Amino acid sequence: MSEAREPRIVGFFCSWCTYTAADLAGVSRMKYAPNIRVIRVMCSGRIDPQFVLKAFACGADGVLIGGCHPGDCHYIEGNYKCLRRFRLLTRLLRDLGIEEGRCRLEWISAAEGDKVRTVVNDMAARLRALGPLDAPGRFRDWGKDLEELEHAMAGEGPGESSRAIEPARNE
Amino acid sequence: MPDPPAKPKVALYWCASCGGCEEAVVDLAEGVLSVLNAVDIVFWPVAMDFKRRDVEALADGAIRAALLNGAIRTSEQEEMARLLRRKSQVVVAFGACAQLGGVPSLANQFDREQILDYIYAQSPTVVNDQGARPVSAYREGDRVATLPEFWRTTRALDQVIEVDYYVPGCPPTPKLLGQALATLLSDELPPKGTVLAPDTALCEECPRKDSKPEDLSVKTFKRPHLTPMDAALCFLAQGIVCMGPATRSGCEGLCIQGAMPCTGCFGPTSRVRDQGAKALSALASSVEGKEDREIESALAGIPDPVGTFYRYGLAKSLLRGKVGHLCSDRPESIKTGSMESRL
Repeated sequence: MSEAREPRIVGFFCSWCTYTAADLAGVSRMKYAPNIRVIRVMCSGRIDPQFVLKAFACGADGVLIGGCHPGDCHYIEGNYKCLRRFRLLTRLLRDLGIEEGRCRLEWISAAEGDKVRTVVNDMAARLRALGPLDAPGRFRDWGKDLEELEHAMAGEGPGESSRAIEPARNE
Repeated sequence: MPDPPAKPKVALYWCASCGGCEEAVVDLAEGVLSVLNAVDIVFWPVAMDFKRRDVEALADGAIRAALLNGAIRTSEQEEMARLLRRKSQVVVAFGACAQLGGVPSLANQFDREQILDYIYAQSPTVVNDQGARPVSAYREGDRVATLPEFWRTTRALDQVIEVDYYVPGCPPTPKLLGQALATLLSDELPPKGTVLAPDTALCEECPRKDSKPEDLSVKTFKRPHLTPMDAALCFLAQGIVCMGPATRSGCEGLCIQGAMPCTGCFGPTSRVRDQGAKALSALASSVEGKEDREIESALAGIPDPVGTFYRYGLAKSLLRGKVGHLCSDRPESIKTGSMESRL
């Protein structure tokens, strides 16, 4: 794991509002943190919580969801569905050891290019403070036990990992 | 050993499991006799007297099918899984724990030290004045007693060895087991990786299907033990968490018939990668409110989303368990929730 790796943010932006706002920010030549990779979806209501978990599992340090302001959804209700899922998903993520600031929901209308800049900059700064999540690295740790077993089977006697659970006083 | 017209050899083994999957075999009732006629059971420690060396003595690939239930938590379980993999043509992950990690994989929310500390010290029923802990090798005189290693995480079977087929359920029903055996002994095997159960959501075969509203709108989620329940109405229409929409069918709605909502033991269908996230999505989006406060109060009826949505499948979920605990050098910057409060 490199020490100073920049945080990676995956953005899921609604095509009608936030994605258009990001376009506007670009056309207006606004500069903002280059840490975000944006995926355009037709509606924030299309964002399956699986997308968010998958992003983290694949190495994202943060996920930014962007949708239309309440009442402005092109499909009437999509952003409310997104909000309800987000509320429960935030709790699920917290229980899975993922800090609250890593998954963020923002309402950004097509006219708010400047808000895209502010939010992305702010999120990049917060993630830098939190440090990398590095889920893939943690999954690699899963394999360590197995490697130790293989060594132990190849050699003789109990595996190295016994050290870790040994502060026993059975003698 | 004279072995007339060589019946196919079958092995059954259990790992981190409760024994319920073994019960499923016994629940075949008289059906078990025809199974015994059709196959030669070469290993089934729960019911018959076999030793590990009996398996080791077999040629590689000599077993037609090995049915393994239970998750993998210890080095012994893993060694047995690998041994049976080598000796078998087909390995079946039998039951929710082998398929998805099952209830034992909820332990992935805690690290090894937390678990050992609770079991050997903090649990209110523990008396352990010496503070004894398990050790992998204990020497007395010139004899050494050994115990398997307790791994840091709980894994589903296919996170340890290659698995050919899956039979879902906690436990699988005798009907599914019967069908699976018939499939395994036939000449035409389904494609590798197949889950030997229907590939539709439970709602499709739910006896309360007709009462499920077209457009679900939940005011507030209620917990089954704290609320009177209608005996015929769709659970979701009553605001009771039911995993039916995100769970594979094949159990024929056993829990529903027993007047309890689905808790998700059959795992996801083939079109869903993460059952818990899908269930969360389906349930949360059907909440009625539009304001934060209303939404929060409706969702307060789901106090433990991980335990609710990943009850049988945390090991095979996208994040596999609590992400923050695997690295010990990383400070717990967020609320961890003590064991006590979760039990």
